[in-house]
Order: sequence, then structure tokens, then C-alpha cells
Amino acid sequence: MIAIIDYKMGNLRSVAKAFETVGAQVEVTASANKLRKARGLILPGVGAFAAGMRHLRKYKLIPSIKEAVEAGRPLLGICLGMQLLFSESEEHGTHKGLDLIPGRVVRFDDRLKVPHMGWNQLIKKPTGEDLILKGIPNRTYFYFVHSYYAKPKSRNAAIGMCEYGKNFCAIARKDNTLGIQFHPEKSSDCGLKILKNFCKLSGEI
Amino acid sequence: MLSKRIIPCLDVKDGRVVKGINFIDLRDAGDPVEQAAMYSREGADEVVFLDITASHEHRKTMLDMVRRTAEQVFIPFTVGGGIRTLSDMELMLRKGADKISVNTAAVKDPKLISRGAKRFGNQCIVVAIDAKKRKTEVRGQRSDRKKINRTSDFRLPTSASSWEVYLFGGRKPTGIDAVEWAQQAEELGAGEILLTSMDKDGTQSGYDLELTRAISEKVRIPVIASGGAGKLSHLYDALDKGKADAVLAASIFHYGTFKIKQTKDYLLKRGVPMRPAV
Repeated sequence: MIAIIDYKMGNLRSVAKAFETVGAQVEVTASANKLRKARGLILPGVGAFAAGMRHLRKYKLIPSIKEAVEAGRPLLGICLGMQLLFSESEEHGTHKGLDLIPGRVVRFDDRLKVPHMGWNQLIKKPTGEDLILKGIPNRTYFYFVHSYYAKPKSRNAAIGMCEYGKNFCAIARKDNTLGIQFHPEKSSDCGLKILKNFCKLSGEI
Repeated sequence: MLSKRIIPCLDVKDGRVVKGINFIDLRDAGDPVEQAAMYSREGADEVVFLDITASHEHRKTMLDMVRRTAEQVFIPFTVGGGIRTLSDMELMLRKGADKISVNTAAVKDPKLISRGAKRFGNQCIVVAIDAKKRKTEVRGQRSDRKKINRTSDFRLPTSASSWEVYLFGGRKPTGIDAVEWAQQAEELGAGEILLTSMDKDGTQSGYDLELTRAISEKVRIPVIASGGAGKLSHLYDALDKGKADAVLAASIFHYGTFKIKQTKDYLLKRGVPMRPAV
């Protein structure tokens, strides 16, 4: 079962349906027990960073997330969920994140149209394909909506980039913890393909 | 590179897709969810549903249609028509809509934009503007206007053009300047402007490029051009000369005049950054 962490940050229906479409069994849940049983965890989310962390604390989800990561079970953060994986964010002040991937979340240059919204290309890291991107051609378009982006401390953590004003990290990975800045559940077939790859990584399908 | 977007619009009445010619003479053309799924398969970048009757007949837009769409269509979609309150917005978003488009309610109460943006995020709030060109009279030209009649418009300097915001599908003038309203909407937190030319809508004679450009140049949020698409070159012009970020069209896709793939292939060939259709 793939658990979608329900921390009341935005609509989770599309994410859940997208995983069902690729053949996963899905639970939208905040239960520590169910999160422990999940093969893979999804941290979705739309909204502000500070509110996201506040909700994770409020629903006592942080220990379950860290437990899963320590056990080596795959965790996928999507959009705000990706940003929460990092050490801290500068969105409306400085806020601590989950610190699962060392790095900082920063705002786009104000000379650009912000949010960065629409379909943009994923530039795959030339050296060695990551399993999450298996079958995804370089420069495939995905759907982005965000005003902030993550800057991983280690360059190796960025496995996919995107260009908006300059190159930024669109997919980050540290061991089995993955963050995706775009919305695979809104990125048509190629987005679904990534979710399917995640299910394979998790042993769900 | 960030792609320009092609957005088919589905006008919905009583849960069925229709397309009005200048918002009158509706023709029925299918199930909106199936249509949206088809457009998604063909490579559309987003889909917009507009409940065209909701605003004046005070009908609730179709939550069930939104729910079904969110379950089957994995591209972003916007819902508009008759959305008046924060709780209307919340219901739609909870059922799975990605964005909400507001028109009449936002003109009547602009704070709806700021409250919606604050609660749900700017990216969720699309402000739809229906604009009609004002018949401007420039001093000194009045006397010869009659003689040259239709060509007189071309003699006016660009800066003399102005457009008025209309409500209720183009039936009610507001006296509000469309460019100023777009700027105000941005300040209030709108994430996008969906700009429809009431002069062009349904004519298939091309988008109002002057209007589109005037607003695109004045705001820093994406502008979706709407109203008047009849040929593929019209879409190109709206993106190029009109400086729009996205083009919305209904009839040309709906009645099969052009396929999404054909549209995108054409625009790609002309150098527009575009997510290719498969």
C-alpha cells in the first residue's frame, strides 16, 4: 500500500487517483499505524512552508516520516512536500524543515513572473539514470506551480533540473527520499509514469 | 523553457458541454468529463470549464463534474461561472479543481480575490475579465468620423483605445476600465487573468490583439487570451503580438476544426515554446 500523508494541506484526491490509476493500493491517512505498514509514503501539499510544518507537527506525523526514512522505505515529497524535506525555507521568515535532505528553500528572483506556473522541461542529469526517471525522455515537459525552490547542499542530490531564469533543482534524491517540485499527478502520462516508477521502487507494483 | 499553453474551454450547462456563438444560440456537444479526458489525451495543457448559465440563473456549478474530472483527468483544470464566495471556491477545490475562475463576484467584491488568494494561494485564483472596446472619440476627429466611418478607429493612436469590463456574459457594462481592473486584480493576488474580448468572442476572426497586449504588458501574471480563435495563425498572433502566456479556444477544438496536436505542431514550427502533443 502507498500511503498519502494527510496533513490537511491542499487537495489530495488527484494524487490518490493518479496512484490508483498506475495500479497502486492507496490510503490517504494520518494514522501512524497505517504509515508504518505502507510500502511507500507520499508527502504532497500545496500552500505555505510554515503552515505545512505546523500541520505535520499538529498531526504528529514527523516521527512516522522519520521512522519510514530510517527503515529505508521510499518517501516522495511533491511540490510543497518536496520543499518540506529540506533543512529550512526562507518563505515568510526562516523556518526549519524536516531536514531529510540538507539544503535550503529560496524564492525565485522577483524579476521573473512568480509563481513559476505552467509546463516546463525536466533536464535529466547526464550521468546515470535514476530509477524514478526510467523511461522519461530528457526535456520532457511537466507541470509546475511554485514560487520557491529547493537548493540541495550536495550537487549530487539534484537528479533533475529545470530552467526558469536559471537552472533550479526539480527532482532531488537522498537515498530513498525523493522530492519532486512539479506535479506528476497533473503532468499527464509522463507524470503518471514517474508515479509508477515510484511504486516499483517501493515494491508496490 | 516555460511552455506557452493551449487551453480548450468547455462551456457547460446542466452538466453538458455547449458552445455559444456570442453566448447566444447554444449547441449541445457532449459530456464535459469525457471531453476533458479526450483533450488531455490529445495533449491539451489545461482545461477550463465555464458554467455559462450559473452567473445569471444563480445555478450551482457542478461539483459532481469536478469530482469526476479530478479522478480521470491528470492535467490542471479550472472551474468558473457563478462562483461567489470563499466557500464556493473551497468546495470546488476540495472536489479537485486546481484553479477557480471568478468574474462577476470579483467585480462586485474585489476582496474576494485577496481573501481567496490568501486562503488557497494565488495560483488558484483566476480572474476572468470580459472586455468590450469603448467607442472612443478623439477631439477634432468627430466631424470626419462619419465620413470615414469604420476606418476612423485605425486613425486613433493606440493609447486612445480602451476597453470596458462587462458582466453576465457581455450583457451588463460596468464602467470599469479593463486594463485598470486587470492591474487591480493582480495587486489583490490573482494568479492569472483570463481575458475574453466580447467583440471577438464567437466571431472566429482572431483574438483582440490590442487588448491582449495592453493587458499583458501591464501585469506580471500570466494572461490567457480568449475570444475569436478561428485559424491557427490567430493563436500564434495572440501569443506573439498579443504577448499572451496561453490561448483559450472552444469552437475550433470543439467542432474538430483543429486537433490539439495539429495546433501544437503548427505553433512549434513557428518557434513558439510548446509542450509537444504525443
